[in-house]
Amino acid sequence: MNLVINLFLEFTLLACVAFGGATALLPEMHRVVVENHHWLDDTTFTHLYAIAQAAPGPNVLVVTLIGWKVAGLAGALAATLAMCLPMSVVIYLLYDRWESFAGKRWQRAIQIGVAPLAVGLIFSGAALIAQSAGLGWAAWGLVALTVLINLRTKLHPLWLIAVGAALGLLDLI
Amino acid sequence: MSPAAAPDNLAKPDLKALFLGFSSVGLSGFGGVLPFARRMLVEERRWMTAEEFNAQLGLCQFLPGPNVINLAVLVGKRQAGLARAVVAPLGLLAGPMLIVLILALLYDRYGNLPLAQSMLRGIAAVGCGLLFAMAWRMGMAIKDKPAFLPFTILVVAAIAWLRWPMPLVMLAGLMVSGGVAFWRLGRR
Repeated sequence: MNLVINLFLEFTLLACVAFGGATALLPEMHRVVVENHHWLDDTTFTHLYAIAQAAPGPNVLVVTLIGWKVAGLAGALAATLAMCLPMSVVIYLLYDRWESFAGKRWQRAIQIGVAPLAVGLIFSGAALIAQSAGLGWAAWGLVALTVLINLRTKLHPLWLIAVGAALGLLDLI
Repeated sequence: MSPAAAPDNLAKPDLKALFLGFSSVGLSGFGGVLPFARRMLVEERRWMTAEEFNAQLGLCQFLPGPNVINLAVLVGKRQAGLARAVVAPLGLLAGPMLIVLILALLYDRYGNLPLAQSMLRGIAAVGCGLLFAMAWRMGMAIKDKPAFLPFTILVVAAIAWLRWPMPLVMLAGLMVSGGVAFWRLGRR
């Protein structure tokens, strides 16, 4: 039970700085869950990210999976709730006031200022997954190809994920 | 009712419609469902106009946390009711959570098999590429890159390399980066 409460508190704190959504939280979740608490190992963390990528739904579900692996069903629910609740409450209370501060100089400054930070977080997440997965040369080739195809074409990412799964199964990655 | 509540010419969903509407959104997207939320809300069910969607998405993206969950809460809230503000995000999450938990069970059971491990390694490589592409696309969308991209580099250094705690990095980063933005907005 302590584990579930601990997980809930850690993820509540994370939810309050999750600018850029759950994806931007990957590096910090790794730091908390793998490095600080040793709840999961590197490989499992990477696997959970891969499973979340291959499943439908909002990006936040990687949090559900991490919660599950740490503390079972209670962990899955606690982690997901912790991630969604704080800002849901804030948005519920703030909704009627939004019109009054939308477009104000400080509001726009925060919005502009946060974007480059979110980019840095997501880039760090990508670097971290690459490092945790221990990618070899062939895998880096697949990473580069994915970046190129995703940026240059409108091919649905699910096709790329299927290709990745197939190449993995053939032991090429 | 507040002036920001839904005008009469738009449809007003009941609890069940909200749950089902957001369920369909949650189950239709891979790696982010925001575009599907827009299609459902604005085009298919007409619970809000395109202008309202953009304005309210602004609030969702302004706050931290999963944007699409924030959006669901907000859509429920503007229908005037706590119950609706709870049901909308529940609809969004229930289906996908069930699927992901089934996958988790399978992983518990078969995750140790070499075949599963190699498959997940392949998917992780693609997922890693998708993240790099996302970072690149978001980075390119930043206006005034010379002023703000240095902050991106500092965040990468602090988070990926030095492994500093993110709440502190974000707090400090937001003060400096937001401060620069505040100053530049005033200069115009």
